Amino acid sequence: MERHLSADAATADERAAVDAILSRPPSPWVGGERSPHALHAARRDESAVPPRDLLLPALRALQAEAGGVSRGAISYLAARMDLPPSDIYGVAAFYALLDVDAPPEAGASVKVHLCDDVVCQLAGAESLIAKLRDRYGAEGEPAGGVSWHRSPCLGQCDRGPAVLVQRAGTYAADIAIASATAEDVARAIADPTPAPTPPATVPQAGDASLVVLRRIGRVDPADLDSYRHAGGYESLRRALALGPESVIQWVTDSGLQGRGGAAFPTGVKWRAVASQAARTHYVVANADESEPGTFKDRVVMEEDPFAVVEALTIAGYATGAEQGFIYVRGEYPLAAARLRHAIARARQRGFLGSNVMGRGLSFDIDVRQGAGAYICGEETALFNSLEGRRGEPRNKPPFPTVHGLFGKPTAVNNIETLLNVLAILAVGPERFRAVGAEDAKGTRLFSLSGAVMRPGLYEAPFGTRLGAVIDMAGGLRPGRTLQAVLLGGAAGSFVGPEALDTPLAPAALRPIGATLGSGVVVVFDDTANLRHTVLRIARFFRDESCGQCVPCRVGTVRQEELVARLAAGTPRGSAADEIRLFHDIAQAMRDASICGLGQTAASAVDSAIRLGILGREGGPA
Amino acid sequence: MAPPLQVKQLPERIVHATIDGQRVAVPEGTTILAACRSQAAEVPTLCFLETLAPVNVCRACVVEVEGSRALVPACSRPLETDMVVSTRSKRVDKSRRMVLEFLASSVDMSLAGPDVERWMEEYGVDPDRYGPKAAAGADLDARAGRHGPTVGAERATAAQPVKVDNDLYVRDYSRCILCYKCVEACGDQAQHTFALAVAGRGFDAHIATEFEVPLPESACVYCGNCVGVCPTGALMFKSEYDLRQANQWDESRQTVTDTICPYCGVGCTLELHVQDNAIVKVTSPMDHEVTSGHLCIKGRFGFEFVQQRPPAAEPR
Ligand SMILES: Cc1cc2nc3c(=O)[nH]c(=O)nc-3n(C[C@H](O)[C@H](O)[C@H](O)COP(=O)(O)O)c2cc1C
Ligand code: SF4
Ligand code: SF4
Ligand code: SF4
Ligand code: FES
Repeated sequence: MERHLSADAATADERAAVDAILSRPPSPWVGGERSPHALHAARRDESAVPPRDLLLPALRALQAEAGGVSRGAISYLAARMDLPPSDIYGVAAFYALLDVDAPPEAGASVKVHLCDDVVCQLAGAESLIAKLRDRYGAEGEPAGGVSWHRSPCLGQCDRGPAVLVQRAGTYAADIAIASATAEDVARAIADPTPAPTPPATVPQAGDASLVVLRRIGRVDPADLDSYRHAGGYESLRRALALGPESVIQWVTDSGLQGRGGAAFPTGVKWRAVASQAARTHYVVANADESEPGTFKDRVVMEEDPFAVVEALTIAGYATGAEQGFIYVRGEYPLAAARLRHAIARARQRGFLGSNVMGRGLSFDIDVRQGAGAYICGEETALFNSLEGRRGEPRNKPPFPTVHGLFGKPTAVNNIETLLNVLAILAVGPERFRAVGAEDAKGTRLFSLSGAVMRPGLYEAPFGTRLGAVIDMAGGLRPGRTLQAVLLGGAAGSFVGPEALDTPLAPAALRPIGATLGSGVVVVFDDTANLRHTVLRIARFFRDESCGQCVPCRVGTVRQEELVARLAAGTPRGSAADEIRLFHDIAQAMRDASICGLGQTAASAVDSAIRLGILGREGGPA
Repeated sequence: MAPPLQVKQLPERIVHATIDGQRVAVPEGTTILAACRSQAAEVPTLCFLETLAPVNVCRACVVEVEGSRALVPACSRPLETDMVVSTRSKRVDKSRRMVLEFLASSVDMSLAGPDVERWMEEYGVDPDRYGPKAAAGADLDARAGRHGPTVGAERATAAQPVKVDNDLYVRDYSRCILCYKCVEACGDQAQHTFALAVAGRGFDAHIATEFEVPLPESACVYCGNCVGVCPTGALMFKSEYDLRQANQWDESRQTVTDTICPYCGVGCTLELHVQDNAIVKVTSPMDHEVTSGHLCIKGRFGFEFVQQRPPAAEPR
């Protein structure tokens, strides 16, 4: 179809950035520059139209090239990909890391994203923001090619305050800094070769008794041989010897449940995909990790990337998929780079490709990066994002195991879930399930942050008491008392000091209205302003709602307004009136929203009201 | 709409289930909504339209299904064997009230029609529970995932100026409930022009052309099919808009005349809405087998010549 395109033309650099993703146009008829003598023939080659799933990579490339997505660039993309410009605009305008509002002149743009979310608030985010305001002016107003923006959690909560510097043009790079000072930010803006990232904080590193973190600190993340010396690829070898059906049986027998938040049995999911007669199957590793307070998958990907590659290969083998995708959140440049490197090495050495480990198995992996949207961690939103659409969740059913990525049966798993599969194949399901709680087998990664002596990533068996986990991190700072703990992240709930004896397992947490979610444990001592934290969480959900369904699109706004009133001690009517209104809002979001974002958006606020953090009659001062 | 032509090879399977205590039997694939309607159980819908694939975003149609944690959108979920559906449980009524109230608190629903008005009454909608409307209207920041500080004294709304950028129809997005119908109708469900898309996200999600360009600079071909499906008056004939602005729009003075479009051989049925002997709006019946309610620019807007009257002073 002839598309209506604007007269704006892409620059040569923008075209080159797009062509690097889509490959060069095969003929002037599919988006190339038409020369007069090429006009002698009209033809259209469907096969020359690049697949739509390259749209997000192309938009990211444009952002890196020009600091934004310009009208000319969208026209060029529209012509190359045979997509409507409005559609591309709608996709680009969905993502926080893509700019569609008058991108600056090429070559002169740096965006500094500063985490002001719940944990970085405790680590001095506001004082860093004040310094940046002094240097670079008001938020969102470019000065000298630099602008800064408040950002939701950047997944560096073990060492806040965290910053992501998005540099466009000649020295294009995404640079994550934590913990960041104003000088670090200035250096990352100006210096073409950014400083190396400090190693991850894994206080248990080197402990061989760990299940998931056992290789952290013992393997070189860039070296396949180092990974193999640490037992790497033994699990895939075992899997190939067992056959797909037995692998699924082992995973089922192990009792492994998903670690992405929903705790769905992994074996059941894999069997459902494997048994679908419809072909092409896909496996997807969900590395969008954007739940505030969560950083576990980042550490694993950065420090043990070959393990992710091996585990996804096993998932592909078991479910009959020949193609895997790892969807990494856009704010994790180092994780994406290390995974890409690991995949390239594995391919070189025959651990990926058309003849995996010489066994005739065909499997390969593609890394795709997000562009700033928490909702894309929801599995069906992830599919849409990967397919080059707005990250709007789909209604379920149909479930991904039947109708997933590209409409095909798909197994989507969290990174931590996948790493557990390596352990199951290494030690067998019996030994795997010997650890943990009655209702949850194995160990759990805890992203532990806030007011503890040693924030970091910890691994402990399911059923470990909350207090024991906090003790692993050295407990609270001297002289401080515990005020509350946020369990499970923004979609989780606050619990009070009386929960320290509660075992961290689903059934034990249910009576206190909590879940483990993605394994977030944020500790607040008596110095924390929790009303401020609750308000930040309410703001988060308003910002991250995809906006598709009414209960969540409007409900998250009304919730934030209500929390703002309660936090300021200025309720409309009495605090009790406000709490009644809150419960109406919460119930509608929980009952009628399309996806888990809306369904859990009131959870933390609800718990804060229960604990008296918010809404006590008389109100806080 | 007439059912699409179908060659049936196998006999239809029948699904037996319970709706509001009544046993029902419907062909497999029937949605809960269709099954409810066959039972004369009213289920409110806002984003659903018979001629478009359901997008299930408004959530006005939710019903309670035994065994399902969350409520279920009736418009898109097929009825399954032995489902136990309840269309008026306490939870359902609460969610419907809240959906309507959320919308009424943020957009202007005054032209959303008599059904919506009745539902608001029936479900006890009170948008003023959320405080007075913010004067400034929505913070339509082009940057996704950011919004300004919130004090909470006033409620955010989608209020914004009407977009009048062409002679044929206007866009008043302060009435838009984001039902996606215009996008679907402009896109692959009818027109295939794709001039419109949803941009932004969250409360700032909105209907847009690329880079928000005015319609004359967009791909729009003025078929008016988006106007035809818009349930809230957000999209409106310019002729209607002008009369409303002048306080002269009066449906009691209007007649509707069916005719066939004179322009081409397809034979689309037109409904001419006439007030004071002037055509003020053109629609086509949704259940018409040729148009399904959709037209092209000629049938939709090409009526000016009918009412060109010779200037009075000029001699013939
Ligand atoms: C709003 C929202 C965000 C989510 N974000 C993530 C995420 O970042 N990573 C993840 O693994 N799962 C996330 N999930 C859960 C996924 O939808 C899905 O259940 C999970 O990836 C399945 O993997 P698992 O079975 O291994 O846990 C999210 C869910 C919702 C509703
Ligand atoms: S619940 Fe929120 S995030 Fe999920 S589909 Fe609805 S609007 Fe989007
Ligand atoms: S008038 Fe037709 S082409 Fe224009 S926006 Fe509406 S549906 Fe699309
Ligand atoms: S403009 Fe009308 S049809 Fe389009 S989304 Fe808004 S309310 Fe629906
Ligand atoms: S009519 Fe079902 S969700 Fe709108």
